[in-house]
Amino acid sequence: MFPTATRLWEHGPERTSRLKRHSLVAVPNELPKQVQTVNISTSSLFILMKRTQRLGLGLFLIGLAVFVGSLTLSQYRLTDAVLQESIKPEHLADVRAATAPMQGKLYPNSVGFVGDFKAAIERINAGYRQRQAWKQVINDNYVFSVMKASSMGFFPANTGWFFAGSVLLAVLGALLYILPNRQKLPGIKNNGIFTNPATNGGWIGYIVGAFLIGFYVLLYFFPEYLTNWVLLFDPIKYALTGSQNVGPSASQWFVYGSLYTLVILVMGVRMLIKYRGNPYQQLRTTSVMFFQVCFAFLIPEFLSFMHQPAQDLKNMWPLDYSFYFDYRLDEKIKAGSFGIFLLVWGTALWMIGVPVLTYFFGKRWYCSWVCGCGGLAETLGDPYRQLSDKRLVAWKFERVIVHSVLVFAVLMTGLVLYSYISKQSNLFGFLDAYSVRSTYGFWIGSIFSGVVGTGFYPLAGSRVWCRFGCPLAAYLGLVQRFKSRFRITTNGGQCISCGNCSAYCEMGIDVRWYAQRGQDIVRSSCVGCGICSAVCPRGVLNLENADESSRLLEPMPIIIGNDSVRLRQ
Amino acid sequence: MDHFIIIGNGIAGITAARHVRQQNAGVQITVVSAESDHFYSRTALMYIFMGHLRYENTKPYEDWFWAKNRIDLKRAYVNRIDTATKQVHCDDGSALTYSALVIATGSTPARFNWPGQDAVGVQGLYGLPDLATMERNTVGPSPRGVKQAVVVGGGLIGVEMAEMLHSRGIAVTMLVREATYWRSVLPPEEGALIGQHLQKHHIELRLETELREILTDDSGRVRAVITTAGDEIPAQFVGLAVGVVPTVGFLAGSGIAVNKGVLVNEFFETNVPDVYAIGDCNEFTVSVLGSDGAARKPIEQIWYTGRMHGETLAQTLCGQRTAYRPGVFFNSAKFFDIEYQTYGTMNATPEATESTFFWQHPHRNECLRINYRTTDQAVVGIHALGLRLRHAICERWILEQRPVDKVLDYLQLADFNPEFSPFPKLAPGRGPGRKTWFRRLFA
Repeated sequence: MFPTATRLWEHGPERTSRLKRHSLVAVPNELPKQVQTVNISTSSLFILMKRTQRLGLGLFLIGLAVFVGSLTLSQYRLTDAVLQESIKPEHLADVRAATAPMQGKLYPNSVGFVGDFKAAIERINAGYRQRQAWKQVINDNYVFSVMKASSMGFFPANTGWFFAGSVLLAVLGALLYILPNRQKLPGIKNNGIFTNPATNGGWIGYIVGAFLIGFYVLLYFFPEYLTNWVLLFDPIKYALTGSQNVGPSASQWFVYGSLYTLVILVMGVRMLIKYRGNPYQQLRTTSVMFFQVCFAFLIPEFLSFMHQPAQDLKNMWPLDYSFYFDYRLDEKIKAGSFGIFLLVWGTALWMIGVPVLTYFFGKRWYCSWVCGCGGLAETLGDPYRQLSDKRLVAWKFERVIVHSVLVFAVLMTGLVLYSYISKQSNLFGFLDAYSVRSTYGFWIGSIFSGVVGTGFYPLAGSRVWCRFGCPLAAYLGLVQRFKSRFRITTNGGQCISCGNCSAYCEMGIDVRWYAQRGQDIVRSSCVGCGICSAVCPRGVLNLENADESSRLLEPMPIIIGNDSVRLRQ
Repeated sequence: MDHFIIIGNGIAGITAARHVRQQNAGVQITVVSAESDHFYSRTALMYIFMGHLRYENTKPYEDWFWAKNRIDLKRAYVNRIDTATKQVHCDDGSALTYSALVIATGSTPARFNWPGQDAVGVQGLYGLPDLATMERNTVGPSPRGVKQAVVVGGGLIGVEMAEMLHSRGIAVTMLVREATYWRSVLPPEEGALIGQHLQKHHIELRLETELREILTDDSGRVRAVITTAGDEIPAQFVGLAVGVVPTVGFLAGSGIAVNKGVLVNEFFETNVPDVYAIGDCNEFTVSVLGSDGAARKPIEQIWYTGRMHGETLAQTLCGQRTAYRPGVFFNSAKFFDIEYQTYGTMNATPEATESTFFWQHPHRNECLRINYRTTDQAVVGIHALGLRLRHAICERWILEQRPVDKVLDYLQLADFNPEFSPFPKLAPGRGPGRKTWFRRLFA
């Protein structure tokens, strides 16, 4: 592991016993007596670094402003060609008639267009409902695709330039902000984290939080207002699928997936720089970057290009709560042997993979090395990890709610499978599988994991979803707590109770509570990110996989304290 | 009902209170402190200043903890102790009657009557009030602000202050009495390694230099210091970090015997019945030996020591009279980015009967030293910079007097570095070697 030249003793290892006092090779540490004072804040390198960072921040903000502003830049004109392209044949005549007043009219912004179009569809449906012609009511959401196809003007014609001026500029700016930190000496510096309003839950945090929440609300519930972003990302989608004629065009989910991947990559570079000198953090960050790019982004795109069911091979039930929904089962069964492989793979992952891998590694093998939600939390969320609630009351709340979500997910899936197999949507006459699953999808899938889970990063820390809501985390946690070799080992009595470990635990574990008692930390919620060990100034904490019986679950007075105190032998 | 009064809510006093409560549900416990409402970790002061933590993060127990465990907290300064009537008189006029009194008042930064030492902008660092003062002092006179600072003393508090000031962009000069950094504890190689690291962080080290005088401007604020070498160093802030002395001034006239600290025997008993002293503020009149047979200092101002004192005294207070018999000595620190751990007896200059083994990485800030008795090769002390060692293993090696050869062979057992971080293998071909991460899984 080390070059031989580093062994600084006189006679070589085989003669260690003959070491003489001070038998040292000269140590290359000659220290000059007088050194010119270097004021760090005025050295030229420091100034250059600061200026580059300021430039980067400026470019990032400009890129972000262009990106957000681009949502308002299209004009809209509904034409018959748009309708023919977007509307199913059985609805075309109705929609054509109802939207006749809109056709040819130029809308200067999206609001009027969405309003008029939705009103037209609603008029059609109102008529059918009055006649109780339920089968003819239009349940398809056409507004997104019609909006996208009706966009016109300067913006849709120049999406390439806008892409460069928004997304690429923001990425460039972010990298210029991040990369100069390599000039600093390695070593974790959390200077100013709790005084900076961006990271201490201050006013910048509120602005960023409001922005993220707004983004998720639009994404999940009003994607028609995001069609300009979809236009920006269409060329990438086409590049991935080879041509415009293969596969579907980009949807809001493609935009979301691309942004998600981009954010993990850029903020992953930040992690790699911040934690250089800590191989565990670097490997872990590289791992989440890899799994996001390949498993979450490229492989599903490739699968859909091959006309196979697109699946994120590392995602699994119950986090992927729709895995056993009828349409996804049908899709896989239709896809033949590869579809069956996907079904078996996805089932084996949670049924066999989780217990086995969690036994050996703890739940970190998934939560902080592989998972997409975890990947975002460990990269974008890293500046916010200290905001998680450490109070005991938060832990009590967490245990109730996260396990409730797990129970809900299991029951919901059971009901869905029951109705799939029995072809009955009702159980006991009142439990409707469709309404239960849409309730889960809305409250857990969209509101909890998206709007709250990520939107609250700058206010409540990076793992709100993982800690309070993720059913898979709850399941992995049960295995970790009761049958696993993973623990965080406390190094004897070296803890100084400083509180860095607890403060920077994204899962809100009061690590110090255990460390200062000389006790190992075995907690179901620990995702094994290893930051407690990294920020510990005394080398007290270490993530380990070792025999279960060597877990130290009692306070250790002998090591911590007095040799004559032996409460437990 | 018994009433235990503990003066001081630092680690020693609070540990005593907690351990008494664990064993005795009935006794009334009152902790008196003038410094803060609740127990906080003194060791984390620097992290509050640098913005790593808020004050709330440094409190190891939530505020409801004390009421739940019926540990009464009183915010007051103790003016006087009347041992005849067993009363403690506080500055708010109240008097509390004790059945047992524990003095755990800690210590105060030392000053050596330098001219100008009371100038504005000159301070030590020990507790929360010092931190508030430091915030005020480093803002400095506007619009110029504090640009340069001098830290007097090359020890642990000195390097902490240097890092704190450095984090605010203030240029720091450290005056170090010895020829290398912290020479009283660290051998010259380690001192030089730290010295180099400090310089990489743009901290200027003035070795073999002491403070002679502090110069002030018209407003009574520090403007420069003069060193024993005669140099004048401009500074708008001066940190005094030349050690601490026990806080015992308020005991004058109480009849409790005091030398430098409160004099106690191995049971922490003072000369007055039912009065005990623990932590930084006490001084042993008997020699205290660790379980490895090594003598401990009569005044040992270390955080871990305060915790052990508190834990041990709690046994006595709960009826099981227990002598203080610390385990193998250990301590730790961090010098900017370099962690330091030490176990057993590590003389900065080995005794005539000792030999030393030293290893240093050629370019990383890592080194390891093992001191052992020359006659039987038994290891007496291990310390490391930039490496994390396993406390339990090092303690066992020292207690069992393992020969240095064996320790080197089995050094991997003491590896507490994070996963994937390399740990030196100093005896190739012998011993178990470090198992790969994959192999350790199936151990």
